[in-house]
Amino acid sequence: MPKIKFIEHNGIEHIIDAINGDSIMQSAINNLVPGIDADCGGECSCATCHVIVDSIWIDKVGIPSNTEDSMLALNPDREPNSRLSCQIEISDKLDGVVVNLPEFQY
Amino acid sequence: MKGMVIVGGGHAAAQNAASLRQQGYTGHITLFSEEHYIPYQRPPLSKEYLADQQSLDRLYLRPERFYEERDIDLRLGVRVSEINTKTNNILTTTGDVLAYEKLLIATGSRARLLRVPGDQLSGIHYLRQLDDVNNIKKELRDSSKICIVGGGYVGLEVASVLISAGHQVTIIESESRILKRVTTPKMSSLFHTLHTAKGAKIYTEAVVQGFLGSKRVEYLNCGDLTIPTDMVIIGIGIIPNIEVAKKAGITCDNGIIVDDRCQTSDPNIFAAGDNTNHPNTILNRRLRLESVPNAMEQARVAAANMLGQDKKYASLPWFWSNQYDLKLQMMGFSADGDSQAIRGDIETKKFVVFYLNEDKLVAVDAINSPAEFMIGKKLYGKAVNHTDLSNTNFDLGSLLK
Repeated sequence: MPKIKFIEHNGIEHIIDAINGDSIMQSAINNLVPGIDADCGGECSCATCHVIVDSIWIDKVGIPSNTEDSMLALNPDREPNSRLSCQIEISDKLDGVVVNLPEFQY
Repeated sequence: MKGMVIVGGGHAAAQNAASLRQQGYTGHITLFSEEHYIPYQRPPLSKEYLADQQSLDRLYLRPERFYEERDIDLRLGVRVSEINTKTNNILTTTGDVLAYEKLLIATGSRARLLRVPGDQLSGIHYLRQLDDVNNIKKELRDSSKICIVGGGYVGLEVASVLISAGHQVTIIESESRILKRVTTPKMSSLFHTLHTAKGAKIYTEAVVQGFLGSKRVEYLNCGDLTIPTDMVIIGIGIIPNIEVAKKAGITCDNGIIVDDRCQTSDPNIFAAGDNTNHPNTILNRRLRLESVPNAMEQARVAAANMLGQDKKYASLPWFWSNQYDLKLQMMGFSADGDSQAIRGDIETKKFVVFYLNEDKLVAVDAINSPAEFMIGKKLYGKAVNHTDLSNTNFDLGSLLK
């Protein structure tokens, strides 16, 4: 089981056991990690599962698709490593991945 | 020992249970669902799940172990028949009595039924619950000709899945155009053209008079028109499930009346989701929405207030639909606008219609334009210039600064 570390905006950390094939968003939802709303259920429609991937992990996580990128484009909290967590599929290569949560979802 | 009781098993119910735990509630949480499944996502039922692109496991909002680990007692296949507001108890159809500290009514809505001769024939389906879709899927292989009654979002999403899978689809709409209740003539026309080009036959102003067949439906009759069919799927709207609230003496009027804290006329009882008639302080009127984002947000607000906080609901209504290669995102109500600005080219299927009322943005229909949709959500109620909105060389993002 790959582990994911979520770091809330206030610094509180949540380390959870994820399941291969789930998205990072789903793992957060399944483990009650606060700060991820995921209103659309992973359709890449709502942009309420924004995370900022730790820079040492971004190469493994990869860059957003065009749709995802445009959903993120105007987010005031956007950073270079921003992703929508519903679009990141968990696999063994992401074991230990660290993602930061923004203060608000929009 | 008293605890939190949740009546219903959909998005709002599941989110409320999760939010109660997330906000630190450690007492009993009992969730009653009439369905035999743990809470699942409804939007994919007419999309990915119907198209066999999403497994049952992925349909569940959270896995079963979530409820076990968080000590959320799921009572599946059980209906709450009565709420006693004097003793703060609920009664189930299985005869159980359970006391509540606070209660959430998240009973959602049910499909509006089409009552015509022949409506009991087999092969006639509604699409609201997981069982409905499973029954449809079982019969799809032997059904080449399919009639869809109702040209709303559910009907059109089903049409797009079935046409893409090679079925012959006929859409029967009683109004003068499809999507009439929810959108403008321009958008209706776009979807009409799209579905027709993909091979659907669409009849408007066609009112179903009855179904014919010996045991299974064979024909659909609309007066002058008789259409041979192997299966019928009906999507003609929903009815909010308010009966249990009404019976308990809770004030209802086109839904369960709640305030902006999701509280009903009984201070210990809250409601969330499709069944609520709630005030929207941004739109400045009461609404009853058929919307997942609304159900989720009301459930979060209700959870906070069930725990004694003072959280107010203030969200813009928004919706989405996927049909073929079109991703439609909508914010607000286009009927609120007195003028429109179109950005992009309708022919390329990537464009946005902004609806303005006295130059203030009140609604957005975005087709394959997620960025513009996100901007539109942020610009709600702000004065904007028609020319800027329609000029694709104008940077919309600059309006946010």
